[in-house]
Amino acid sequence: MVDDDAELFRALADPTRRLIMDELAQRPDQTLFEICSRLVMNHAVSISRQGVSQHLDVLERAGLVRTERRGRYKLHTLTPAPLERITTRWPPTGSASPPPPSPAGPPPSPPSPQEHP
Amino acid sequence: MRLQAATIFVDDQAHAADFYTRVLGFEVTADVPLGEARWLTVAEPGNPGATNISLEPKGHPAAVAYAAALLEDGIPCCQLGVADLAAEHERLTALGVVFTQPPTDFGPVTVAVLDDTCGNLLQLAQVNAQSEPGADGEPDTSGDASPDTQA
Repeated sequence: MVDDDAELFRALADPTRRLIMDELAQRPDQTLFEICSRLVMNHAVSISRQGVSQHLDVLERAGLVRTERRGRYKLHTLTPAPLERITTRWPPTGSASPPPPSPAGPPPSPPSPQEHP
Repeated sequence: MRLQAATIFVDDQAHAADFYTRVLGFEVTADVPLGEARWLTVAEPGNPGATNISLEPKGHPAAVAYAAALLEDGIPCCQLGVADLAAEHERLTALGVVFTQPPTDFGPVTVAVLDDTCGNLLQLAQVNAQSEPGADGEPDTSGDASPDTQA
């Protein structure tokens, strides 16, 4: 059985990575220095710069962070779109027809949930 | 003993002299020809005791690598103190200065980071008045605020 979102859930499973996401949600285009400063000053989390950099790599692989090189510095922005997959995968029960547990990938058309008049 | 001058490695000394004086507001305190380069220092105007900033060319390859690595990760090479960070941010932004970090309030200090256009980032810091002692989770005995500690 293939778990398609393993990287997404692994990224979310670490409390420091969730704090990094909290701080990235404050504003886009943050340098590694700003992220480290925010962790120390706002959360008293002092891990090495390399440690934060590795956390950012995990978040980027999961699609939760976008890294952009602008000029001579590297900027990080939160991209929370993959989180929508979690709520669409498990919609509230009884609201609409739940997606069938097909292991062959997503259905071709997204099920529109609330369609009753 | 005191700190007389601290070095900032710059891409181009002539450009640095312009940015650090005309934009940031320092004044040139020394400008002496030194072979292909200059002994070029700037300091806070009107303060004879101010620490000089020596704007040195990146003559050594290590200086190039050092500045580039700091720049990539957004790490400022030094910290400059300002009295009113919001006003400085507004003034410098109007002059076209790029900030990699806008003023950010961290409680005891508010900081921002700007690009000096010479291959470095500079941190501006405004020390904030501590209105509530002990409110920042300081490991305190918390007895000094009590009015009835006198025996």
